[in-house]
Amino acid sequence: MSGLRLVPRLVITPRRQVLQSIVALGLALLVGAICLLLAGLSPLDVYLHIAEAGLFSIDGLADTAVCATPILLCALGLLLPFRMRLWNIGGEGQLLLGAWAATGVALFLPSWPRSLLLLTMSLAAMAAGGLWGLIPGVLRVRLRTSEVLVSLMLNYVALAWLRFFVFGRWSENGFPLTPQLVKSAWLPRLLDWAERFPILAGLPSHAGFLWALLLAICLGVWLRRSPVAFDLRVIGDSSRAAQTAGIPVGARMILAMTVSGAFCGLAGMIEVAGVVHRLQDRFSPGYGYSAIIVVWLARLSPSGVVLVSILFGALLVGSKDVKPSGVAQLLQGLILLTVMASEIGLRYRLVRTLPKDKI
Amino acid sequence: MAMDTLSQLSHLLAAGVTRAAPLLIAALGAITAERAGVLNLGVEGVMLLGAMTGFATTAATANPWLGLGSALLAGAALGLLYAVVVVSLQADQVVSGLALGFVGTGLSAVLGAPLAAAPQKIVELPQLSIPFLQQIPLLGRALFATSVIVYVAFILLLITKLLDASRWGLHITAVGENPSAADAMGVPVLRYRYACTIWGSGLAGLAGGGLSLAITPMWVDDLTAGQGWIAVGLVVVARWRAIPAAWIALLFGVLRRLPLELQGMSALLGNPKLGYLFDMLPYLGTIVVLVIRTRPGVKKYFAPPSALGIPYVRGMQK
Repeated sequence: MSGLRLVPRLVITPRRQVLQSIVALGLALLVGAICLLLAGLSPLDVYLHIAEAGLFSIDGLADTAVCATPILLCALGLLLPFRMRLWNIGGEGQLLLGAWAATGVALFLPSWPRSLLLLTMSLAAMAAGGLWGLIPGVLRVRLRTSEVLVSLMLNYVALAWLRFFVFGRWSENGFPLTPQLVKSAWLPRLLDWAERFPILAGLPSHAGFLWALLLAICLGVWLRRSPVAFDLRVIGDSSRAAQTAGIPVGARMILAMTVSGAFCGLAGMIEVAGVVHRLQDRFSPGYGYSAIIVVWLARLSPSGVVLVSILFGALLVGSKDVKPSGVAQLLQGLILLTVMASEIGLRYRLVRTLPKDKI
Repeated sequence: MAMDTLSQLSHLLAAGVTRAAPLLIAALGAITAERAGVLNLGVEGVMLLGAMTGFATTAATANPWLGLGSALLAGAALGLLYAVVVVSLQADQVVSGLALGFVGTGLSAVLGAPLAAAPQKIVELPQLSIPFLQQIPLLGRALFATSVIVYVAFILLLITKLLDASRWGLHITAVGENPSAADAMGVPVLRYRYACTIWGSGLAGLAGGGLSLAITPMWVDDLTAGQGWIAVGLVVVARWRAIPAAWIALLFGVLRRLPLELQGMSALLGNPKLGYLFDMLPYLGTIVVLVIRTRPGVKKYFAPPSALGIPYVRGMQK
């Protein structure tokens, strides 16, 4: 009987990886189109609108940079534990807690000079986010608890914590938001210079995007140069081999989880200081979750993360005024699912087996 | 005074039981799938799609039973998709599950947009009162004069309990504990995994339908508000067993109602917003159990199915 059989691939070329991602993306867009048709929308119009509004206009690009910033920061952080096959799913909670800490600093130290205030806010946010990453990291290393479940649950603990403050003590007149932060807690934006350069009027891009790009470059260099970064790779391939080679696996895991939490916390601070200028319920449309998809699509490379974050930022911006609100989320989910599904094509190839009687 | 406290308690219990029903249904689905070795972190999204589908169908047909059925089917459809990805294509279950959740959430928002834009009343799932039994003090109202979704949850509880006793239940457990041994015994591993994944996801959809047809009869984006994740955690706390899951669901259900019932009390404590901290409890409870179960003495007691999250390929040992 002749049939088909899966044979493991020995070499996975980068070209195949890119090709595979593109095919998966196309498939996701196709399935997404069917869903949009079901919802009574014209898929082509929606896709063209997203591309146009997110990428092909000055205003759109400025918005895209704003939306891409928190995703990029979170994704850069998540890259580290993901390289060791350690799944920090708690980016969203770490971001929320970072935003909470930054807001607290700005609310209680409003008279501080701008640079000092922004620095303190960043540090507080990174500490809070870092703590939220440290917890699942330590539990995983010390007790072998599932970091997936712990970091996941902590997302909702952080959300409840934030709501407790936003609805309670910090609420402005009973609305679920804090008073607006003092101007010295705002990141500089392009539109701040609109008086001198009228072309910048109405562009909300803030300095956070540059920070994020800078961090991406630093991280990229660090990942290439540092022996610690090399450790992460080894641990990801085989934690037993790493142990045998004398790499302190536990310490590296805790480090990666904490640093990733700090990055996500910083993303929360940047969102508060650069965009909303206050803390409010539901200020993040799930940036921390999107970042997981971004890291996966970028195949754990920092430059890939930059590219995919910008594309996802554009997707969020472009679908903002598409009527059903879930289009961006649906497409993100479909893209990730098709990429996951096609993963098997990377590891195996399909071979036609010879009929038995011919052997 | 005593009478008053009793009726208050009975009221809290009744409210807690209805709140617990969707949680329990989703958790029972997750238990079945995880017992077969398939982790589904997309429960939240699947519940949302079920809630939206159930509401939409009921709004169109004025028949909540059709709504409930369609919620089940919607969940099962996502389950089939998920099974193809993680069982046949052997993709990583953590990331794929998250992706499935995204798809469910996004799809529910896209398809449910017209319903969210124009709020309407629907025919809710009926209440069912059993004569005499409903007059039992304290428990009567909670168990015998309540929404049919509670009875559905109860029936599903009995079915899931069979995992420990029936032939197919043992097959499922074998598939999740040691798939290669099960395979050698002639148990069709992949077929069982498909069935359990689809069934589990279907129950998540059904749970969503219960929410939008009985508990909070409406459709808005993100209606489930984290209950799917609570169900995922509940499975761990209940040690993948049906009966403990019921008790914990009840506890979580009561906890969820407590802030509403005890508004006077939290005002006494000085902060009326203390309820938000109550919302943390199910998640914190899950973390506490995750920690406790690593203690040497109870490790076995709390152990997850051995092959949970590991794709099965014949002849390939992990």
